[in-house]
Order: sequence, then C-alpha cells, then structure tokens
Amino acid sequence: MASFSDFGNDLYTGKRSIDFIGRRKLWYLISAILILIAIVGPFVRGGFEFGIEFRGGSEFTVSQVSTLDQNLASDAVEEVEAGGTVRVSTLGQDAVRVQTDELDDEQAAAVQEALATAYDVPTSDVTVSFIGATWGADITGQAIRGLVIFLVLVAIFMAIYFRTWKMAAAALISLVHDLIITAGVFGITGLEITPAAVIGFLTILGYSLYDTVVVFDKIRENTEALGERGTQTFGEMVNLAVNQTLVRSINTSVVAALPVASILIIGSFVLGASTLRDISLALLIGIIVGTYSTIFVAAPLYVQFRQGEAKIKKHDAAVLTDRERASKATVTA
Amino acid sequence: MAQSTAVKKAWKTLVWLAVVFAVLVGTIAGGVLWSDATWTPKLALDLEGGTQVILTPQLESGDQVSGEQLEQAVSIIRQRVDASGVSEAEVTTQGGRNVVVSIPGQPDQETLDRIESSAKLDFRPVLLAGVASSATTSTPGATPDPALETTPTVSPTNASDLAWVTPALQAQYDSFDCASTEADDAGQAPTDQPLVTCDENGVKYLLGPVEIEGADISDATSGVGTTSNGASTGSWVVDLTFNDEGTAKFADVTTRLFGLTGVQNQFAIVLDGKVITAPTTGGAFTDGRAQISGSFTQESAKALADQLKFGALPIGFNTESSERISATLGSTQLLSGLIAGAIGLLLVIIYSLIQYRALGTVTIASLVVAFAMTYLLVTLMSWRIDFRLSLAGVAGLIVAIGITADSFIVYFERIRDELRDGKALTSSVQSGWKRALRTITASDAVNFLAAAVLYILAIGNVRGFAFTLGLTTIVDIIVVIMFTHPLVTLLSERPFFRDGHKLSGLDPRALGAVYRGRAQFRAPSAAAKSDKKGSSSREAAKRQTIAERKAAELSGATAGTSSTKPTDEGKNS
Repeated sequence: MASFSDFGNDLYTGKRSIDFIGRRKLWYLISAILILIAIVGPFVRGGFEFGIEFRGGSEFTVSQVSTLDQNLASDAVEEVEAGGTVRVSTLGQDAVRVQTDELDDEQAAAVQEALATAYDVPTSDVTVSFIGATWGADITGQAIRGLVIFLVLVAIFMAIYFRTWKMAAAALISLVHDLIITAGVFGITGLEITPAAVIGFLTILGYSLYDTVVVFDKIRENTEALGERGTQTFGEMVNLAVNQTLVRSINTSVVAALPVASILIIGSFVLGASTLRDISLALLIGIIVGTYSTIFVAAPLYVQFRQGEAKIKKHDAAVLTDRERASKATVTA
Repeated sequence: MAQSTAVKKAWKTLVWLAVVFAVLVGTIAGGVLWSDATWTPKLALDLEGGTQVILTPQLESGDQVSGEQLEQAVSIIRQRVDASGVSEAEVTTQGGRNVVVSIPGQPDQETLDRIESSAKLDFRPVLLAGVASSATTSTPGATPDPALETTPTVSPTNASDLAWVTPALQAQYDSFDCASTEADDAGQAPTDQPLVTCDENGVKYLLGPVEIEGADISDATSGVGTTSNGASTGSWVVDLTFNDEGTAKFADVTTRLFGLTGVQNQFAIVLDGKVITAPTTGGAFTDGRAQISGSFTQESAKALADQLKFGALPIGFNTESSERISATLGSTQLLSGLIAGAIGLLLVIIYSLIQYRALGTVTIASLVVAFAMTYLLVTLMSWRIDFRLSLAGVAGLIVAIGITADSFIVYFERIRDELRDGKALTSSVQSGWKRALRTITASDAVNFLAAAVLYILAIGNVRGFAFTLGLTTIVDIIVVIMFTHPLVTLLSERPFFRDGHKLSGLDPRALGAVYRGRAQFRAPSAAAKSDKKGSSSREAAKRQTIAERKAAELSGATAGTSSTKPTDEGKNS
C-alpha cells in the first residue's frame, strides 16, 4: 500500500489533483439523476412500506398453548398471508402474541383458524383485535420539531464557526441530498420502514453533517489567506483542500463502512430479512452517499455560492493576471 | 525544552484518564454492592422482552371511550413512562378501547400506579370539614332522603358561598364514611358542583366547585420544602407554576379566601377525587406559584410532579392484565449483530495497520479504550436512568466506531501534513494536534448539538437514539484528548517513531519530505511551496533560498498556463 501513501503525498502537494470543483456540472448532474430516481422510484414501485409500528395492525393472542414455539405462528400466518410482516412474542407461560399487518375480517378469520390449528387449540382460544401504532403521530411530531430546531441551530453554529453562512447552506443542501437518496433506497427496494430504520436514518444525518464539517474545516484553513496575493484562485484553494483531505475521507468512510458492511452481509446470509439487515443497509448507503456528497456536492456548491463575491472576483482576477504575466515572461526568456 | 513539558503533560493526562476509569468502575461497583446495579448493560424491549400491561378505561356502563381520548391518553402515558428514564417503552392502543404499555423488565406497582392513575388535579374551596364521625350520627352508607332539597335555594355568588350546601348535600356529608368502599369511589362530582370527599387521614370535606384545574398548571417540580426564611423543612413538596389564566384565577381565589375565616379560609388540592392537602390561605398569591405539601416521599413527590407536568389523563385506567412478554427480535439477531460487529472491527484493525503501520496500533488501543469507556457509561446509565440498548442502539454504537476512528485519522493525517512541510516529528505532533483538535471539536460539537436537541425535545425511540449519539460523541472527545494525543506524544519521543522507521507510519521519506540533515526535513517539491498559504507553509517558505523561491514561482506559473482549464491545479508537470 506504499502507493496509497504516495497518492496521499501527491494529493497534498498538488502534484496529483482531482478536479472536484471544475467539473462540478458533471457531479451536479449525477446527483440530480440520483435524486430524481430516489424520488420517482418509490412511487413507481408503489410507495413506502411502513411497518406495523407506524400503521398499527392486527393482533392475535393464542392462549392455553402447549408449546411456545414461535415458528409455528410465523408459518401459519405465512400460509394465509404470504409476504406480510409477522411479529411473534410469547406472553407469560402459555400464550403467544402474533402481530401482523392490518387484515380485513375475512383474512383475520383465516389467520385465526390457521393459528388454532398450528397450536392445536380451539378457535375460541385465539382472540383477534386491532392494535394502534406504537410509533404514534406524537413521536413523529416531536422528532420533526426537534430536527427543525436542530437544523436551525446547526446552521447558526456553522455560520458563526466558519464565519460565512454559505458553508452552512452548502452543508445543509448536501445533507438533504443524502437523506433523499437514503430514503429512496428504502422506497425502491420496498424495505419496510421500521423504527430501527428511522434511527438508522438519523444516524446518517449525524454522520453526513460530521463528514462535511471535517472537510469544510480544512477548506476554512486553506482559504484563510484569501485576499493575500497568492498563486491560486479561490476555486483552486478549495479544490486543494478537498484533495488534501481525500485520504482522510477515504480512510474514514472505509473504517465506518467496514463494520456496517459486515453486519449487512452476515445479517443477510444468516438471518435473511431482519431488522439488522434493514438498518445496516440504510447505514451503509448513508455512509457512502454522505462521504460522496461532501466532496462532490457540498464543496463545489460552496465555491459556486461565493464566486460572485466582489472580494473573490478581485482575488481571482489578480491571480490570473499574475499567471498571464509570468507565462509571458517564460515565453520571452 | 518544549518536548519535555509535553511529555510531562502527556503523563499527567494519562493519569487523569485512569482516574476517570477508576471513578466509573468504582461507581458501578458501589452500585452493584449496595444497590441494584449490574455489570452488564440492560437490554431494551426488542432484545430482552419485558412486561405487557393492558389498561382498560374506567367507564360507567354504557359509556364509550372516544378515539381522541384514547390518543390523548397514549400520548400522556408515553410521556409519563419516558419521564422515568430512557427505557424506550412501547405504548399503543388495542381494539380501539385499551391502552397497551410494554415496558422492559418488570415494573413495580409504583410504576404502574404512576402510569395508569388519571392524575386529575383540582383546586376547590373548603365549605365544611371535620373528622369523620362514622356510624355515630347515621348508618354508614345510608342513602340520603331523596325528598331533601338538592338545588340551592339562593343562587351561590362564588365557589366559597355556603349557599352551595343544600340540605341534601348536608345529609350526604353527614352520612359520608371515609372508611367505606363508597369513599373509594368518591370524587366523581362534576367540576361545577360541590364535592364530598376525604383525605388520607380520614378527615372529610365538603368542597365547593372547582376553581382551578390541573390544565392551568404549566410546570411542576418536586423538591424539599423550605420555610419562609429559607431553611429546609426536610419534607418533600411539589412546586407548581400556573399559566397566565391559572395565575389570575389563583390570585382571585386566594384573595377571597384570605378574607374568610374558619374552614372557609382553606382550599383543598384534590387529586383524582381525594384531598391531598387543604392548606389555610395566609395571603393573596399573585405570582402564579403554589406548593403542595402532604405526606410525600421523594418518589411520590417526583411521581406527582411528573403526572401534573404532562397533564391529566382524560379517563382513568385499570390494569386488566400484566404479563411477561418475550423479545420481538430473537437472541440470534443480537448475537449475529455482535459477531458481525466483531468481524467488522477486525477488518478495521487490519486496515488501520496497513494504512498507518505502527501508528495503527494507536488507533486500535484508542478504540479499545473508547469501547471500555462506552461500555462502562452505558452500564452506569442502565442503572441510573434505566437506559437500555436496543438493536438500533447497538447498530448506532457500531457506526460510532467510524466517527471515533475518524478523529484519529484526522489527527494522523494532520501530523503527516506537518511532516510533509518538513517539520521534525515532535513538533509535527504538537502543531498537527492543535489543528486537528479544532476540526475534531467543531465536528463533534455538531453531533452533540443534534444529540442534545433531540434528547430534550423528542420522545420514545428517538430520545434513545439521541442519548446514544451524545454518549459516543463525549467518549470520542475524551478518548482523543485524554488517550490518543498523550500516547502519540509519548511515542513520538521513542527512536522508532522519532527517526521515522519505515514501519512507524511516520517515515518522512515515504511521506515525500526531503531530508536536510539533523533530523530535519524540508518540503519536497516546488509545487508544494507555492501551493500552500497556511501558517505552516509560511515557515517552510522562509527556509527557501531566493533562487528556490523564484524557480518555484516560475514553475507554478508555467504550469498554470500550460493547463487548459483555469480551475485545474496545473501542477501535473
């Protein structure tokens, strides 16, 4: 891996440089396409699948059972209602609680019958009722209120820390970009949105902002000399900062993604469809998209936001004039 | 020399870290020995199961509970459950009638009482009061003569007016027996009608209509009462703050009662139909604050304050059933999650070693310290505030590996940058640290802000998430400041690292710095010099000769024009 460290050196000195800022139109196009897919995709497939926790559902309680084997219940429900969600728990010493998606009377009666047969109890020992959402509107309401207040506070924090609101704006836009794409993956693949998935989603929100702040801090450092006569335009300064932190970005995302990816792979192979698989998929995609958007969306946007400023125009013009003159000098020499 | 103070400081910091660990372990050990703490974190409902309590509404026969009432009840019950910690209980409705509360572990009766009691608080003026003289004047439970007048002959002017006491009410009051079962069901009078009820000590009261309701309370806290000169009374009280409407009403009532004598000077604070306390009015209270003192313990005072803060349930509930419920996610999920996490960690270790060579061991050691601290904090919080790990929480902790490792990566890359600028290792470590710390604190501040805001505002699972995020962020900062930096400082003094051994991960030659003799390195290429404008590169620039600088400017300029795009770095030459 010596070449990787050479790569880091070249990025640091500017010997090797990837033009993140200059080719921003291409990155914007890629992101726009991804966002479009993330928004349209879920509707083409049929909308988001919310779990029982959000929508409520049907609940069956089988009492007086002789065995607490939970697989009997899932198999029984699967026979009647293939592909639906089933949550089975045991209650006390001799009862099994089965929660499913909301069923109509006919389906419910069929499941009731199937459960009675599976556990070898009379149908009267299987009670049916509707359950409400455990993740109620009040939780969602409070969470959204909290998020809005957080985003306002974090924007103020970044504006003060970086001394420009334009960094805050670029960071928040790339955050929204990440959240839309991550949500899109759930919608397109039809994975069920459970409370665990929402928590994964929030984790991504934290990760995405964190990653952007780390890179922006380097940009802040590199552009501190703005206005002094230098050899780099504003865009080049930002581009160098992104290149100089590229090794960090790659290392961090690999380190963050490795455990999550192993959960995803092991979780899917060993457990099949499971909460663990859903949440690790959301996290993995979020980590990749979060790292991508910092480099390809947030940094170019920041340059774009500031390019029109008189101070920056003046600086860039001075740098380019110097360059012009120097090149003429070389040619005549 | 600067290094020796840095080394001393590093050792001192490491000793403090050891102290932090000792305090954490000691606290938990104390908790295990003398309280109900455990050495392992508690698990949430999804992983461990718990107790499912079904609450049915207390309704008069034929009454129906509306969906709206049920919704409101669920919301209030959820806040009450959450008030006791971050256990992530599940609250939902069943069959459009019952409320189902699933709590991890086994809740005691006190917890159940706090959840299900309606907590309807009323302030009523006292009209008549006296120690119950059961069975001496009338037969217990005797129905008052229905022929007696039930509506006041003179319309009462205010709630304290004795005109409320009709002959029928007087008879009901006279025959009322605090000890009878009838008394248990008392307190069901409409708010605009007088009420006959008792307090815990068997004193019976005839109270006027409700003057102030619980809904007018904006906040409630529990604490130890103080006398007028500030000395502690040693007994627990609940302090109430009224909203604007409540403040105005309370001022009116106390002004009126202050002018009355005898029992009419008292007002009763009625909770779920029972008098908790009936203090005398010593003056008019206009500041919107009131204090309830009764026979409270610390727990009961806190429980009542929580109930009042979140409001009264629209209906009272009874426990219909309380059964042990198994985990919704099998133990296989947790186990394979942990195994996967361990494999992931192993990959992280291998990757770190490849990337940072011997410096990778610092990453590994730091992660181990971070893990130990997180484990201890989670265990401590399980005990203190009933924090429980759910599967989502475990996944959050695994993602935190990335964020924690990032702090080390940022730090190492900064040290390498300083080395590339030609500094010696020991000074690279210190100057790299200063810049890295700024980045690390800024990015962690954002995470902590998210955690704090969501913890304060959100409820349910989101609150649990906020807690995990805040915890890992704090651990990250502590570990990088108190462990990683001191360790790197100490290691940078060792010949292996100081002289930039090939395997140290800090070999200046591999990093492209140019050897200048006497363990000093100079920035390698002309491009780097003209590139950098930060304070560090200025120092490097100073070291250049005039000829070097000129050459650098020229080469930079040539490259600038030879490139086709103006935004291109133009250093490919």
